[in-house]
Amino acid sequence: MDYALQQLVNGLTLGMIYGLIALGYTMVYGIIGMINFAHGDVFMVGAFISLIAFLLLGTGGITAVPIALVVVLALAMSFTALYGFAVERIAYRPLRGSFRLAPLISAIGMSIFLQNFVQVSQGARVKPLEPVVQGGFILHQGEQVSVSISIMQILIILTTLVVLAAFTVIVARTPLGRAMRACEQDQKMARLLGIDTDRTISLTFVIGAALAAVAGMMYLLYYGVIDFFIGFVAGVKAFTAAVLGGIGSLPGAVLGGLLIGLIETFWSAYFSVQYKDVAAFSILALTLLFMPSGLLGRHEVEKV
Amino acid sequence: MAQRSIAHIVKDAGLAALVALGVGAPLLGLKTEAAGRGLTLVPRPGLLLAAVAAVFLGRLLFCLFLAGREAKAGRAVEALPRIGPSPLARVGRMVAPVLLALALFLPLLPGVGRYEIDLGTLVLTYVMLGWGLNIVVGLAGLLDLGYVAFYAVGAYGYALMAKFLDLSFWAALPLTGLIAAAWGILLGFPVLRLRGDYLAIVTLAFGEIIRVVLLNWTTLTGGPNGMSGIPRPTFFGLPFSMAGGEGTFAGFFGIEPSPLHRIVFLYYLILVLALITNLVTLRLRRHPIGRAWEALREDEIAARALGLSVVAVKLTAFATGAMFGGFAGAFFATRQGFISPESFTFIESALILAIVVLGGMGSQLGVAIAATLMIGGFEVFRGLDEYRMLVFGLAMVAIMVWRPRGLVASREPSVSLGAQRAIAAEHVAEGRG
Repeated sequence: MDYALQQLVNGLTLGMIYGLIALGYTMVYGIIGMINFAHGDVFMVGAFISLIAFLLLGTGGITAVPIALVVVLALAMSFTALYGFAVERIAYRPLRGSFRLAPLISAIGMSIFLQNFVQVSQGARVKPLEPVVQGGFILHQGEQVSVSISIMQILIILTTLVVLAAFTVIVARTPLGRAMRACEQDQKMARLLGIDTDRTISLTFVIGAALAAVAGMMYLLYYGVIDFFIGFVAGVKAFTAAVLGGIGSLPGAVLGGLLIGLIETFWSAYFSVQYKDVAAFSILALTLLFMPSGLLGRHEVEKV
Repeated sequence: MAQRSIAHIVKDAGLAALVALGVGAPLLGLKTEAAGRGLTLVPRPGLLLAAVAAVFLGRLLFCLFLAGREAKAGRAVEALPRIGPSPLARVGRMVAPVLLALALFLPLLPGVGRYEIDLGTLVLTYVMLGWGLNIVVGLAGLLDLGYVAFYAVGAYGYALMAKFLDLSFWAALPLTGLIAAAWGILLGFPVLRLRGDYLAIVTLAFGEIIRVVLLNWTTLTGGPNGMSGIPRPTFFGLPFSMAGGEGTFAGFFGIEPSPLHRIVFLYYLILVLALITNLVTLRLRRHPIGRAWEALREDEIAARALGLSVVAVKLTAFATGAMFGGFAGAFFATRQGFISPESFTFIESALILAIVVLGGMGSQLGVAIAATLMIGGFEVFRGLDEYRMLVFGLAMVAIMVWRPRGLVASREPSVSLGAQRAIAAEHVAEGRG
């Protein structure tokens, strides 16, 4: 029982990281209906920028943990957002309105490019970071195993919830959110009504990348090691989460992320670690089979 | 678009350089180096500056080039898309026979050694894979990102049959195709209802599942160590042996044994396999099933309304495509003599799909040219080592931006009334899955 509870805590944490990445997928898919295949790699870039920011602060002598966290978060979000902007500008904008496969192929190209860019510029070895946030609480002391939650885990869960709340408000209440929803419904009509669709889409990518940076930083802090390849699998799983939750829905993305994280953690704990990816991917296939619009997604009616 | 002034262009390039500075600063400007237990940062201002300067100049030249072209062409540049055959397609009538002749006589050309024939074999393998995937993506309009799974099924199918059932390559070849086709149907069933991008991501997931299983089922597949000692192909029963005795290829024909024999044989083997793929595709396009594929690609609802069974049509496309992937896989296994899950990663799927899309979905000639360019380009950049994939990714983006419809952007209709007219690729639907 205690073991299961511990897995629950771990699964929730992992799920929140997936949820953060999934938010980026779901926003971009919602607005232009394309899988931003490079999003997983933007997440990886975010993790690397966080790592470099931590090292910079370390050499700069800033050691107070809360300040360091906030500064690194700000740096990672702004620089990764720039990546989101550049990727959209270079690989997707010229292809807007082109046939549907073209942006997907160019996204795959971008993904390969980003992976190898980081590999070439930073080296292929795994990059370790000494634990920044330490400590935790023991929730329940059992006879053999205890259930504990680390401060890092609490931080991840809280951050995801805050980010989710913030972006729900942005999409629901602000002019930018209104423009985003308008583009989602009908880009041509939105343009006719004076919405700068290019700018709106660009901002969506920027926001998505900033979210990926948050996820990247959390991943770095939680696992302590990153390499240039973490983006691919995390990306596919986050996309699975977005689909599972219902693509286009922000709470759905986090919910989907949680489910994927929990399934993966429990599968690893009770069945086999090697096949955890198989479990996650099978969930994706099953969801799409029986619930193509996901848990919280709208059912799409096809008009002829 | 109005003509832009020089000041405007410089400003634009400056902005691009600024973005490059921001993008490059953390990753290019600083390098993490292992030091002791942790990491240290090594600044690289020179590299960063060079990159920013390169972006500035590149953007400047690009904008000047565009402005120059606009000025020359007047203001109606973007007015009319060109309809009718592109220059490439017109040359295409000559290109196809020339390429075929080149492929047929490559081993006989002067100056062609072992390396060139090996490279030709590799290119032809990808041509065959591209043609196989083209059936699924180009003809039926089903976006498959996990094609490498069938390639893997073929390769492992042959390796396992050779190991456990002691089958020769020629006995196993048809079986690998059948097994791969069965897998195509098996994987096709759950995704029948999916469309477009969803289909893409689920097929990707299937490809990964197969790879993970191959990687972890150590008792059967050897796991990450792969399977070695896969029997090499024989010349219809005559092994290629350096001993040159009775009952070997060299001995039977009374010639000097040479290691080149097997290489040339493998080359012709894959050439024949690829040409069979092409021939079958071309014939099937005129066959009712091929027309059903194309009808499905153009408009699934209309096709269904006309009484086509979407299930049967989609599954045959999956199965046929998978079958050729399986053949190619068996060939790969026998050529290498060693296979491991390393060879069947997502990158392979992406590469094959890129060949199909770059070739101009559905164009057989385009796929062949694209495969030659891609694999050839890969070889040319071999010296660049780790920069090779970097260039590859960038090239994929650049080519898509430059020619979203692929190299051969016009098509001959499969069936037509009266004179055949080429159709611009813009008018060919890509299918929604």
